[in-house]
Amino acid sequence: MSGVVAVIDYGMGNLHSVASALAHAGADKVVVTHDARQIRAADRVVFPGVGAIRDCMAEIRRLECDQLLADALVGQHKPVLAICVGMQALMTHSEENGGVPCLNVIPGEVRYFGNPLVGADGQRLKVPHMGWNEVRQTRDHPLWQGIADGTRFYFVHSYYVDAVQRELVAGSVDYGVCADAALARDNLFAVQFHPEKSHTAGLQLLRNFLEWNGKC
Amino acid sequence: MGLAKRIIPCLDVENGRVVKGVNFVDIRDAGDPVEIAIRYNEQGADEITFLDITASHEGRDTTVHTVEKIAEEVFIPLTVGGGIRTVQDIRTMLNAGADKVSINTAAIHNPELVRESAERFGSQCIVVAIDAKRVDDVEGRPRWEIFTHGGRRPTGLDAVAWAVRMAELGAGEILLTSMDRDGTKNGFDLGVTRAITEAIEIPVIASGGVGNLDHLVDGILLGGADAVLAASIFHFGEYTVPEAKAYMAARGIEVRL
Repeated sequence: MSGVVAVIDYGMGNLHSVASALAHAGADKVVVTHDARQIRAADRVVFPGVGAIRDCMAEIRRLECDQLLADALVGQHKPVLAICVGMQALMTHSEENGGVPCLNVIPGEVRYFGNPLVGADGQRLKVPHMGWNEVRQTRDHPLWQGIADGTRFYFVHSYYVDAVQRELVAGSVDYGVCADAALARDNLFAVQFHPEKSHTAGLQLLRNFLEWNGKC
Repeated sequence: MGLAKRIIPCLDVENGRVVKGVNFVDIRDAGDPVEIAIRYNEQGADEITFLDITASHEGRDTTVHTVEKIAEEVFIPLTVGGGIRTVQDIRTMLNAGADKVSINTAAIHNPELVRESAERFGSQCIVVAIDAKRVDDVEGRPRWEIFTHGGRRPTGLDAVAWAVRMAELGAGEILLTSMDRDGTKNGFDLGVTRAITEAIEIPVIASGGVGNLDHLVDGILLGGADAVLAASIFHFGEYTVPEAKAYMAARGIEVRL
């Protein structure tokens, strides 16, 4: 039983696809909200994000979603899945928009891919990093269950996460640099890719999240 | 190994039905867009593009409803284009479940729309569609101009310079259609594809003219495209998406299998 999944909505774009993918993956109930009571009452929390980091951080703070997230993570110790800009917002600082302080839940930087960006064989790489790339599972985790190492997930981002504590990295992706594709710490799992847009592999990861007890 | 080249089936939709014409005439009915989108999702398409060619307002409400239904069933990226004129149109489609919105004529009339929408929604969801036709200069050097109204109205804009400008304004991707080739099944216009992929840093989707699997291969290897878009070869069952991917993989192109 997944129980109730709260998708934190801080007003930055459409969260229907996350919600409908969670429902498709078997969630008992999904609520898309920034209402504190609903998020506190939920059994699991998804922290998504799209758009530019400065606007995201401003809305996260204005709606006090930072406090709700901290409660879910530390106070209530619920399973939490952060996606894309949601993952980036967890870091210490982002280079985007001229430099933006983030939540510092996980120490680390969010860096620009760089322009020009060059691959290992010398070919020019486009930015944003858009499309299906292979995720190397750098450690075992319940959220990787049933997903082969090297499976492709859908990415779309121009900035990438570089965590300080390398032991927190659960997956990485090569795109000119070695970027952190997934971070895991206690009851938190964060991914740079979009599981809700990653077809069968993405739905499997969401199914794993719905069954996860928050331990790793 | 790295980022896979994408294969994108395209649904041209009019009044809630998938259609595909040859050079924008001779429309054939190819079926229900939701059913077709689900089929491509199951086949392993990397994305789906939905181009609304409906003219009427009533028809556009149908489109929003169709996009909502597709987004509930299909868990790969969905781009919606056709008749997008304002920031509100973009918001409507994103709220209906589109991941990206494609802007074409409106960008020509109002380039600031690209900047404004990229700032508001993020570059990742702003695709600029370019319909280009070859119009060589007086000395016979290749040049491509942007046309509107299904390829009937010239704009005087150089397609390559326009792509550069759109990237500067914040477009996240270019959907490049050759109006000479669209619907002909003679293959992409590789000249304009190559010229634009070399000129900009953002990804380019090649479109217009795919008639067989070698055309897809050429778009990537010779045109330098990051993704290839095709409609009729998939709609009428000539090829499946897995067949296309296997063919491309056998020619050394990295694809998601």
